Amino acid sequence: MAPGHAALRVARPDVARSVAVTVHGVSHAFELAGSHLPVLDSIELSVAAGEFIAVLGPSGCGKSTLLRLISGLEQPSAGTISADGLPINGPDPSRILVFQDPTLFPWATVWNNVATGLDARGVLAHERWRVNAALDLVGLRAFARAYPHQLSGGMAQRAALARALVNDPGLLLLDEPLAKLDSLTRLSLQAELVALWRSARFTAILVTHDVEEALLLASRIIVLSERPARIKAEFQFERPYPRHRDEPELIALRRRILETLGLAT
Amino acid sequence: MSEASQTLDAGITTNPRVWLRGVWRGIWTNGLFAAVAWAAAALVTVSLPDVVPWGSAGLFAAITATGAAVLIFLALAVHHLGRFGETVVHYGPWLIAVGVWLTFWELTTAKFGWLPKPFFSPPHGLLHVYVSETQRLLICIGYTLRLWSLGFVSGIIVGYGAGVALGWSKTFSYWGMPVLKLIGPVPATAWIPCTFFFFPTTFAASVFIVALASGIPVAILTSSGVASVNRSYYDVGRNLGADNRYLIAKIAVPASLPHVFVGLFMGLYYSFAVLVVAEMLGAKYGLGWYIQFQTAYSGYANVYATLLIMAAICAGLVKLLFIARDRLLGWQKGFI
Repeated sequence: MAPGHAALRVARPDVARSVAVTVHGVSHAFELAGSHLPVLDSIELSVAAGEFIAVLGPSGCGKSTLLRLISGLEQPSAGTISADGLPINGPDPSRILVFQDPTLFPWATVWNNVATGLDARGVLAHERWRVNAALDLVGLRAFARAYPHQLSGGMAQRAALARALVNDPGLLLLDEPLAKLDSLTRLSLQAELVALWRSARFTAILVTHDVEEALLLASRIIVLSERPARIKAEFQFERPYPRHRDEPELIALRRRILETLGLAT
Repeated sequence: MSEASQTLDAGITTNPRVWLRGVWRGIWTNGLFAAVAWAAAALVTVSLPDVVPWGSAGLFAAITATGAAVLIFLALAVHHLGRFGETVVHYGPWLIAVGVWLTFWELTTAKFGWLPKPFFSPPHGLLHVYVSETQRLLICIGYTLRLWSLGFVSGIIVGYGAGVALGWSKTFSYWGMPVLKLIGPVPATAWIPCTFFFFPTTFAASVFIVALASGIPVAILTSSGVASVNRSYYDVGRNLGADNRYLIAKIAVPASLPHVFVGLFMGLYYSFAVLVVAEMLGAKYGLGWYIQFQTAYSGYANVYATLLIMAAICAGLVKLLFIARDRLLGWQKGFI
């Protein structure tokens, strides 16, 4: 497949696209300085392949922990998590976590950062074009040779997205990836995320504390309770993309979600 | 021709004060002062007799006088020399200070005898050492560099490897850290009795002592560097499919490099500090050996001259290390 043809797809056609996730009876606790700190309590959740869901909840409630468990970086204290029916035992490049901080490697150029996944799996030599395609996808081709400290916050987060997308993830776990950006950059990246998701059709789970962001991006919103987090409410809605924040349906939904969070006036 | 340029021309040709001011502005005054100071050093050296003869006074005067002549040339031409000129101007105050210092040094030692032989030496006394002992000193430099480079290179390789292992592996850290903390503060010289027993030759023992002095700071700083790498980098690596080898080679190693360089600088200084001691062990040549030999015979001028060589070599190596650091840690700019 020619690189030029892949303008909006880093993937090869033979690679399986999106991943379905099932979270069954998952509870998790941390042992901190001898004390037992439960963070997740009997979470039941299933995400269909290609779905975009958002997880909302009070800060510190365990949203990020849920993503880490799904990524496989940590194992839950109880319960099972499976991807396409297979239990998740460890991290895998088909499920990629994007952090709130871009966590780019400061010693490597943008190109080498994006190439990390391919390099780590030893396929970089044959698939260099995918790095360029991923950079094209997020509009950073011109910055391939720049170092992370030379990038703005939005560019760094786009580079982090490219580093995830180059691996053709079937599942993208987004841990408040836009929280630290200024509001204008956040708006443009929200639109880019939707465009990326619609073209590449990965499954996406977005953790955020921004109700509006959840409404613009997701088709289902899960609201978690205070720690230890339980699923408090679920909102399913179908609105065509791209959405606008002033659509009456979204405004009504926003009020209901804020009420659930105990924040409505 | 316009009126303005006519008056300007007239000003240049007819007003000598304006013309002189223009010339004076083109002169680098610090250069003139430096030339005066250097000329004074030359003059003092040839015109006053030594209290006790040191030799090479004529050569020293010739060198300082040449320096003064070059400085006069630079004072007139420095503004036409581009970047080299800028560097020279930057060091102007230092050039003055060196000239004044040399004059003062000559007067207090050789000329008035306030700082007497053999404890002190005038600058031309040091010069005389370089002139009369050239061959021996060159051999000593060669021997010292051989000992130092073998010791330093093997020390930092082992120290670096140990540091990575200590920083990465919990088991290594459990057993290794207490040992390292225990032997770290022990001066390298305290190992001399053991080294005599364990090493087949005294040269190997000397190499070991230099290696120990340079390796320990590298090991300590590398391990703390590896241990303090942002955990999220490893999460990213593992998530992207990296195995342990990749995490160490491509994440832990580059991420800890700033710490490693601090260790290398410390190791470099320590290794020079123990060179003199290491060359006590049955060496036949070497700058450290030469210093001890001359100390025993009260050849303090030779000692000072040799110390200057060691300082210059050490400074040169530090400079090289800085160049290497700037090339490898260019990505850090903006962080610092």
